[in-house]
Amino acid sequence: MQTNDLEGIARQIRHRDLQAVVEAGAGHIGGEMSAIDILTALYFRVLRVWPDQPRIPQRDRFVLSKGHVALALYVTLAKRGFIPEEEVSTFLKPHSRLNGHPNCNKVPGVETNTGPLGHGLPVAVGMAKAAKLTGADYHTYVMTGDGEMQEGSNWEAISAAAQFGLDNLTLIIDHNRFQQGASLKDTNNLAPFKPKLEAFGWDVTEINGNTMAEIVPALERRGGKPHCIVAHTNKGHGISFMQDTVDWHHKVPNQDQYKIALGELSEAN
Amino acid sequence: MNAVTTSRKLHDCRDAFVSVLERLGEENTKVVAVCNDSVGSSKLGGFKTKYPERLVNVGIAEQNLVGVGAGLANGGLLPFVCGASPFLTGRALEQIKADIAYSNANVKLIGISSGMAYGELGPTHHSIEDFAWTRVLPNLPVVAPCDSIETAAAVEWAASYDGPVFLRLSRVGVPDLLPAGHTFELGKANLLRDGDAVTLIANGTLTHRMMTAAEILAERGIEARVLNMATVRPIDVEAVVAAARDTGAILTAEEHSTYGGLGSAIAEVVVAQAPVPMKILGVPGIFAPTGSAEFLLDEFGMSPAAVADAAVELIARKPVRA
Ligand SMILES: Cc1ncc(C[n+]2csc(CCOP(=O)(O)OP(=O)(O)O)c2C)c(N)n1
Ligand SMILES: [Mg+2]
Repeated sequence: MQTNDLEGIARQIRHRDLQAVVEAGAGHIGGEMSAIDILTALYFRVLRVWPDQPRIPQRDRFVLSKGHVALALYVTLAKRGFIPEEEVSTFLKPHSRLNGHPNCNKVPGVETNTGPLGHGLPVAVGMAKAAKLTGADYHTYVMTGDGEMQEGSNWEAISAAAQFGLDNLTLIIDHNRFQQGASLKDTNNLAPFKPKLEAFGWDVTEINGNTMAEIVPALERRGGKPHCIVAHTNKGHGISFMQDTVDWHHKVPNQDQYKIALGELSEAN
Repeated sequence: MNAVTTSRKLHDCRDAFVSVLERLGEENTKVVAVCNDSVGSSKLGGFKTKYPERLVNVGIAEQNLVGVGAGLANGGLLPFVCGASPFLTGRALEQIKADIAYSNANVKLIGISSGMAYGELGPTHHSIEDFAWTRVLPNLPVVAPCDSIETAAAVEWAASYDGPVFLRLSRVGVPDLLPAGHTFELGKANLLRDGDAVTLIANGTLTHRMMTAAEILAERGIEARVLNMATVRPIDVEAVVAAARDTGAILTAEEHSTYGGLGSAIAEVVVAQAPVPMKILGVPGIFAPTGSAEFLLDEFGMSPAAVADAAVELIARKPVRA
């Protein structure tokens, strides 16, 4: 699928995500909007996955380590045919399969349960190592938040991935510059990520993570080392009043804000 | 002796926690708050404004959070280490064991949004294992206050207690049950209502539900004793034995797994010292489905009406006295 088609799909996913957050009265809209372009590129172009055979052994793996943006994954999985599109409206409802963090035993397409930050990357290292041990040729992708990288478990995994020579692993850091309560800079600033990852023996690519033309080649890139994509994104991307503020980690737009946001997402080209 | 319920207004116990913490911070410059990107969810905004240099935010890094707390205590400070309970206890359990309990560090661990307060966010965010994980650790009192009055009193007590403490707080609104001016005593249950047919024991958000269940039972002509048992470790052996002896049956309810929590701690006493029929209500050893905290408590048989029914069934199991 070509860049402008992918952009169209990302726009639809943003739209549905916003709608579902407002309907459910909950969600993590800022981090959803920052990640959606990358999710779209993964599921509609890069990942070799078969929605009717979600556990087929040769599938590429994707782990959403920043599990609090589960809704963006649900909308993407629904659009790609893993779950019915209507099911998105059950998000957070009693007994729904779609709770606030993804559950691999309930939702096809989810590889492992996330929610506590700092779990996805170690599991992804295991997946990539398993491919090395079994000779499988699937590729493993994992997406973390930039605040999430403060968890020490990530750095244990980064070190292990280099040691194991996992050239079949791609880590995407959604670098939207904000965490829950403040900016990364004012909390525990890990940026710049590039020299740190390089020091651990990784290849690092820096991209604009909300620009499809930069996302696709970065995801498709293969080298001799584990690969980290530092994706410079905007928390709340696509919705003007969410830019450059910590407010929209998990706030829900009111009716006026909802109208403005819908308008902006529809106008976007 | 009946309902000590002083008010029906619902309070978020985090507010009581921070109002005492901010006052302690004023009186004692050694008081520091330590958190993991949880200034908002731990309601530490006021503390941060008043004493910005005494708010230590380590970022999203709970193992570091607890380790740093132990080091601050070693350096002579009085740290209140705050974080969402599932991550504070689950992620940093070994730090809690080695750095806090085993080292006997004077650190107050404040578990926020414990139990199923994060309902819809799912089992990763439910903290219904934390009694079991922490109550096996020597040196570490485990306390789950039932209302804002007990929360304030327990924070006050924790600050003056020389040693580690785990305070397990919720964010779910509860009415005040204890009288104003109540002082907290570690390991002492509070008699909220007396009766001889059965004893209902709970803590945290469940005490309120137990009181309502007792009212339903009273309407059916059954007088239940209600004990608020905030302290899970050390358990109030005396109150448990008296409850068994006086009422002949004990029903417990908690926002926790039925494995290893308050009910289990009470059962350990009952089995060894005063065997009577018991029933333990809680999350029945499963990962909960999607739903709000209130929905899930009802789902698992802890609505006041369901608790009352469980009490009636339990009473029927009491051996007939000759
Ligand atoms: C272990 C753990 N600690 C704390 C949290 C609470 N929490 C949820 S999201 C979040 C902030 C995440 O920030 P970031 O990784 O930058 O994500 P994004 O900006 O993409 O939303 C926090 C602290 C958690 N889910 N897990
Ligand atoms: Mg971020």
